[in-house]
Amino acid sequence: MMSDVALEPQVVAPPRRVSAFRRLLRHRLALLALIVLAVLVIGSAGAPWLAPHDPEELDIANRYAPPLTEGHILGSDDLGRDVLTRLMYAGQISLSVGIAAMLVTVIVGFSVGAFAAYYGGWIGVLLMRLTDIMLCFPSVFLLLFVAAFVTPSLASMALMIGLTCWMEIARIVYSQILVLKSADFIAAARMIGTPSWRIVLRQILPNTLAPVLVAATLNTANAILLESYISFLGYGIQPPAASWGNMLTNAQSDFQVDPWLAVFPGLAITLAVTSFNFIGDGLRDALDPRIRDR
Amino acid sequence: MTEQRSDPLLEVENLSVAFGPAKAVDGISFAVAQGEMLGLVGESGCGKSTTALALMRLLRDASLGGSAWLEGVDLLALDEAAMRERRGAAVGMIFQDPATALHPMIRVGDQIVEALQAHLDLPRAEARRRAVDLLRKVGIAAPEERFSVYPHEMSGGMCQRVVIAMAMACSPKLLLADEPTTALDVTVQAQILDLLRGLAREAGMGVILITHDLGVAAGMTDRVAVMYAGEIVEMAATEELFARPAHPYTLGLLRSIPQLDSGWDEPVPTIPGSVQGAERQTGCRFAPRCAKASEACRVPPALRDIGNGHSISCWNAP
Amino acid sequence: MARFLINRLVQSAILLLGVSIVGFALMHLAPGGPLAVYTLNPTVTAQDIERIKVLFGLDQPVYVQYLKWAGGLLSGNWGYSFFGGQQVREIVLDRLPATFLLMGTSLALALVIGVAIGTLAAVRRNSIFDYATAIGAMIALSLPTFWFGLLSIFFFAQTLGWFPAGSMTSMGGGGFLDRLHHLVLPVVVLALVLVAQWSRYTRSSMLDILDQDFVRTARAKGLKSSRVLVNHGLRAALVPLVALAGLQLPLLVGGALVTETVFSWPGMGLLFISALSTRDYPVLMAILMVGAVVVILGNLLADIIIAVVDPRVKLHDE
Repeated sequence: MMSDVALEPQVVAPPRRVSAFRRLLRHRLALLALIVLAVLVIGSAGAPWLAPHDPEELDIANRYAPPLTEGHILGSDDLGRDVLTRLMYAGQISLSVGIAAMLVTVIVGFSVGAFAAYYGGWIGVLLMRLTDIMLCFPSVFLLLFVAAFVTPSLASMALMIGLTCWMEIARIVYSQILVLKSADFIAAARMIGTPSWRIVLRQILPNTLAPVLVAATLNTANAILLESYISFLGYGIQPPAASWGNMLTNAQSDFQVDPWLAVFPGLAITLAVTSFNFIGDGLRDALDPRIRDR
Repeated sequence: MTEQRSDPLLEVENLSVAFGPAKAVDGISFAVAQGEMLGLVGESGCGKSTTALALMRLLRDASLGGSAWLEGVDLLALDEAAMRERRGAAVGMIFQDPATALHPMIRVGDQIVEALQAHLDLPRAEARRRAVDLLRKVGIAAPEERFSVYPHEMSGGMCQRVVIAMAMACSPKLLLADEPTTALDVTVQAQILDLLRGLAREAGMGVILITHDLGVAAGMTDRVAVMYAGEIVEMAATEELFARPAHPYTLGLLRSIPQLDSGWDEPVPTIPGSVQGAERQTGCRFAPRCAKASEACRVPPALRDIGNGHSISCWNAP
Repeated sequence: MARFLINRLVQSAILLLGVSIVGFALMHLAPGGPLAVYTLNPTVTAQDIERIKVLFGLDQPVYVQYLKWAGGLLSGNWGYSFFGGQQVREIVLDRLPATFLLMGTSLALALVIGVAIGTLAAVRRNSIFDYATAIGAMIALSLPTFWFGLLSIFFFAQTLGWFPAGSMTSMGGGGFLDRLHHLVLPVVVLALVLVAQWSRYTRSSMLDILDQDFVRTARAKGLKSSRVLVNHGLRAALVPLVALAGLQLPLLVGGALVTETVFSWPGMGLLFISALSTRDYPVLMAILMVGAVVVILGNLLADIIIAVVDPRVKLHDE
């Protein structure tokens, strides 16, 4: 089903051979990404103490200030609010939604995949068919559809994004566990009477950890992108609360007056998403046993 | 019988292959005459496959040294375009695993046609006819039907026959066979080897047969070269080598073959030690494992003639 | 082949059924149900809502509603827009060509460029080109499409004036060139992410394939590098790439939505957004279903292509 004719468990990442040098570079990039991400997280989480202004502080006299203006290093918006400050506070929301959504995808995806694989039978078939069906809907469509009818909040956004993006992890977990299920050491554990829950906890979980970790990181990146788009359209985080996405909502109309307003929120999103992607890639290289050095 | 000293078909002088600092093949020299089958014998990792791949210039990231003269041209000194003209046309190669050697999505007949059209300017119909002939020649029944078959629809033995047909399509003067039967059933092995020898004899082709199986070497080849850790340690006519093995390594190998008439309780003799680290020896590479090792072995021995066209690389033997 | 087709068609039909059920469930699970927008309107009385319910058949049991709706979809009666009352089918199908134009052009462009870049990167692995494209692809994948779209409009349309800022044609319709002019920016924006994905995936696949035995055999036959790369390499890569294309469809459709929004491109995506603002259920559901159908059909096509191209796929005994 669904072009599974030529698929292996890790469709999105076929095994690659990477030279030692390239691997080092990858790791260095991943390291850099980690640092960038740390900066973003600290900047956001520490906003109450680190931000130069109050996010609601209006400075009408200085509205639409370009970057490097006195007191507004990244400029100010249509109400004179400091862009840097808003970016930092918005970061709290955007990053939290991303991470929370990732947690939802991991929990739901893992549960579905694991149940389907471990219990098999009609439950398994049903669950994986459900996964297939959900994969047919472009997630943006689904997400917008649901978002339009639900009062948006950080929690609801995380939940919605999570519920539309869990399928990939479910598939990964499903195929990994299927492979493990027929592995000899599992049969041995069962033969000596180890209870199911223990097998799951001690044997199955650790072995599925690697690909799930990689997928989770990449999912976070995707979640941040989705949240930003939904908020940009106005169906996500509502003003006056700031998220990187909704800071761009008025970018089009404000462009003539102050083009800089469109630049920084998008840059922040790109930085965060790139970091997660590079980290995910680095993790994949580090954890994938199929990669051979040349 | 007077022997007419004809120029050897292939003359390899001091061939060396290095991957970075590690030398997989360290200065070997040998020759193959027209119509002769030379066996290149040794354990896994001794450099025999690497030698063949080096001659075909199919190694990536390797630095080659020495020379390999074929039809008056040094294969190792050619540029890529000139080498490509010779691959398949002057020198051909067949590999170990027939199932994976053929492209899974192209019909076997078309793969042979491809080999033909790479070097010979033939119209499609003629190429097809020749391909069918080749299939017949390598012993495939109903070649017209089999032309349109895919590799996965054939057995290992049949695939290897196709591979042989492909390699011989343009009548190369020299054929390199890298463990051509290792992946096949024993019964099929004999058939394929016989086929190979028959075809080679008929075409007057020189063959280098690479194998780790001494029995195969004994039964098929005219001459044998024994390799250890990237060097040739003994070389002689096959009969001569198996009748009067001289190098301690060769002796060890032959002794370690279980015999039908050895007693039940007798342990199988082995060569003590391992080949790990042999390339780092400054003297004779086999010395650490050799019962005949002495002070003289600190100096690396060179191949010296001990009569009867038999040469060994050892100070203390025979 | 027929059996394979029928099998796949049946599977697709079942999938379609499941999709319709889930879609329908979504519609009714949304808080407030299909008439949410009315309940939020203070001037609409409870009686009005009751009347509307009966009018739209919403007072019937859920499964009846589903059957009516699903039956309607199949027979071409997609209902009437909540606002304006036109036939949903007409509204949606009217927008379909524009979306297909955008998606199709972007996919075609991305395929050609992405596969070319990926193949080149694989052939010249670890070169500057390889590293640069890898990093570039990574960044391209991380760019929010809508932001990139906005910036391109700002830059290329409003500041530089090279391209129009939106819509499919200029006011009052336009000729072929005018349409092409309008197509450029949206296609570039949508294709960027696709190119990044395709180049990375092609590179991975080609690296794997170029190390396979059959590629070595092809080289040993003396085939030209270009022929080895294309006829042997890309041919083998075709299968995983087509599979990727199938999987990428939902992203392509989603990406089209985003791009249409930013560029005011009169396609289904833009219609979805405007229907969203008026909570026009029938239109929203229809577009959702069309999107899913495109994905299902696309995957079916991918499966068929793979079955045709790869002879190892079993067509008879599923």
